[in-house]
Amino acid sequence: MTEALLALWDGAFGSSYAIWSATLVRSAPLLLLGLGVALAFRAGVLNIGAEGQFLMGAISATAIAQSVGGAVPSIVLIPVMALVGALAGASWAGIAAWLRQRFGVLEVISTIMLNFIALASISWMVRGPLQEPTRIYPQSAEIPASAQWPFLIPGQRLHLGFLLGLLLCAIAWVVLTRTAIGFRIRAVGASPSAATSAGEIDVARTVMRVFLVSGGCAGLAGAAEVGGVTWALYEGISPGYGYTAIAVALLARLHPGWIVVSAIFFGALEAGASAMQRDAGIPSVVVQVIVAVIILGVLAGSQRHGVGGTASARAGSRR
Amino acid sequence: MTQSQAPTEVVTDAREHESREHASRDQEALALEGITVRFGSVTALDGAHCTIRRGTVHAILGENGAGKTTLMRAAFGWLAPEGGEIRVNGAPVTFRSSAEAIAQGIGMVHQHFMLIPAMTVTENIALGGDGGFDAATMTTRIAEVAMRAGLPVDPTARVRELSVSAQQRVEIVKALVREARILILDEPTAVLTPDQATELLRWVRTFADAGGTVVLITHKLREAFAVADEITVLRQGRTVLSAAREALTEAHVIEALTGTGGAPDVAGASRAPSVIPTVRPAEGGRAGPEDAAATPPVLRLDGVSYVDARGVTRLRAVDLAVYRGEILGVIGVEGSGPRELLRLLAGRLTPTSGRVTRPDAVGFVPEDRLHDAVIPAFSLTENLVLAEGGQARGWMDWSRWRGIARDLLASADVRAAGPDVPMATLSGGNQQRFVVGRERRRATSALVVENPTRGLDLNASARILADLRTLGGNPRPAVVFHSTDLDEVLSVATRVVACFDGRVVEVPPPLDPNDRSPYTRAMTGSDGVGDVMSTERR
Repeated sequence: MTEALLALWDGAFGSSYAIWSATLVRSAPLLLLGLGVALAFRAGVLNIGAEGQFLMGAISATAIAQSVGGAVPSIVLIPVMALVGALAGASWAGIAAWLRQRFGVLEVISTIMLNFIALASISWMVRGPLQEPTRIYPQSAEIPASAQWPFLIPGQRLHLGFLLGLLLCAIAWVVLTRTAIGFRIRAVGASPSAATSAGEIDVARTVMRVFLVSGGCAGLAGAAEVGGVTWALYEGISPGYGYTAIAVALLARLHPGWIVVSAIFFGALEAGASAMQRDAGIPSVVVQVIVAVIILGVLAGSQRHGVGGTASARAGSRR
Repeated sequence: MTQSQAPTEVVTDAREHESREHASRDQEALALEGITVRFGSVTALDGAHCTIRRGTVHAILGENGAGKTTLMRAAFGWLAPEGGEIRVNGAPVTFRSSAEAIAQGIGMVHQHFMLIPAMTVTENIALGGDGGFDAATMTTRIAEVAMRAGLPVDPTARVRELSVSAQQRVEIVKALVREARILILDEPTAVLTPDQATELLRWVRTFADAGGTVVLITHKLREAFAVADEITVLRQGRTVLSAAREALTEAHVIEALTGTGGAPDVAGASRAPSVIPTVRPAEGGRAGPEDAAATPPVLRLDGVSYVDARGVTRLRAVDLAVYRGEILGVIGVEGSGPRELLRLLAGRLTPTSGRVTRPDAVGFVPEDRLHDAVIPAFSLTENLVLAEGGQARGWMDWSRWRGIARDLLASADVRAAGPDVPMATLSGGNQQRFVVGRERRRATSALVVENPTRGLDLNASARILADLRTLGGNPRPAVVFHSTDLDEVLSVATRVVACFDGRVVEVPPPLDPNDRSPYTRAMTGSDGVGDVMSTERR
């Protein structure tokens, strides 16, 4: 037991490599994904589809990097990858948003289903249009050097995506607390009926926008993962980041500031888990059990505020 | 329940019972002693007691939150009291569920009916029974019980298709089919038109005269005095008064209800003739065409119809104008159009056809305060800003808003620790004053108010109504006021319109200010009494 925990700790924080090249590298997608989930939940949108939106972002970023690759310099290509990834994630979320708006389809269901479609799309992509030239392995070729995102610290693997995540969390914090749009998002999430009746807020429009932004964050995370970590597309590109992100958001009580802390915590768990499996022989799925327990614990503990409130407000709005 | 042959039958029935049961008349049917119920840290009942004798109508009076419903839910086995004793026919009982209470002959008609709309009356009544279910037998039995009780009910009708008063009869028949001898009715007249209410109370009297026992939970003094043999008053979870009606005066009861010496002027409680609302003429209120040209209406509907999402026509070709300085009272029972009329005037609904003329901003006080008017978890400042939610742009200047909120608390006399406390920490009356103050701030020329006293106690209700009567502003705003309590409307309004079946007609003030019949007639369509049945099946 002690041995396992020590291995977990060592793998997460035991060395500068563990911190800068393992833990924080795994925190980067969790930051962006967790933020996307939190924003959606704040507006009463139960977007469970971060995983699928992430994968669509990764596919699109890979495709754009491969197709225009060598011809365009990094300074242009990297922002384009980020943008295309974000747009792809937003469009993927947009399908669920449209289904909700047009037909009243619960996004909990549609986003999960879209996750499976995204996963199948990646399988097809890496065996079809985006497969590496030798056509042997089910993965894409490495993206050109100009499409590879810069590292933040020489000799460590921490990449630009982490910085973007921090930046977006800060922006989201300011928007939620200091701007009219942020107030509308919070009001819509807390009580769609009061937002409509007392505030004359266009709930449908607010929900739609937040849904798209949420998907955009996830898509950006996918682009950052391809550009900053894997440099190629393959089926297992996400070890369930999109689901862990739900835990990240819940543990942070949907607060953009706490998402930074919570994303690093879960990043450390992910990083430590592989070390634990390697050094102590404990299966890394144990960490997933921990994650699940945390989600349940937070849900049980937050019946009054945050998520519980959001969910019940949503239940009310469905009547 | 106005079918002509039914009452005669009941009377014969009553006489039989009377002779048979006269001997046991003074015996207690249901006794509650020292009942204590706590919800978390809130004490809902603190040693409340009351004894209900067989063959009587026993009114339980109290303000909102006094514990009336809680006490009766304890008697019905819905919740287990922490302390105290319940006796049925003299024998102590402990109910672990309402099924056990039903087995002891107790039936309860809840304020919100417990019926499944998609099912037939027979199916609804059979629900909760044991063993097999034979629809034909059940239907016959229901018809028989309903007939004997003088409560017209069609067992094969779907509940969805029944009017509210018909649904209420189904609830009562449901209890009777289960052989209830003690009937608890929770605010039964709240959902009825005045005529339907009178009919129901008449039935209650007959049922008790026939040997049945009725507990009538109400907050309407007039009802208690009209029908009850005994009256128990609860205040803050305690029994403060329990006596035979003959021994009581209204003043007594009001004092017990409010705990104050002086009775407040409250709609529905006590109304000396001088206080009986007379519809005051208002400047511009009854404006003819020429006047109207001089002072154009603030709110105006021209041939407005509204069809809701389910395709039900809620309003039909409504023409209406509301002028500055007047308080237009809207009367009408649930479903007859007031809800939609108010929302169209407030701009919260778009008409299906016709034209709505209104200022950009119209203040709106919706009836469901905690759901539609405020966000309980948000601070007072945020709830103030909520009114600007749709228009606000760019950055929020919270310190400025906090200042405005502080001013609002002072001007609307809202008792709160400060602008940063959550709305949920305020009492209902303070919340409502906050909402009215906020809506007045939002719109100076027009205010639409719907059931503003819902969920408020007597004092808070009286204050809200008084505030509305004396709204300031120069020029004074046009106010549209709707309440399900006719007395409230008459106490506030300068002019009254009635909704019936989606049509809106003006009710001219009667020559005798105490005469309510014109209003009642307008709410029930044409000539009122007896006509209620024609609207039963929609």
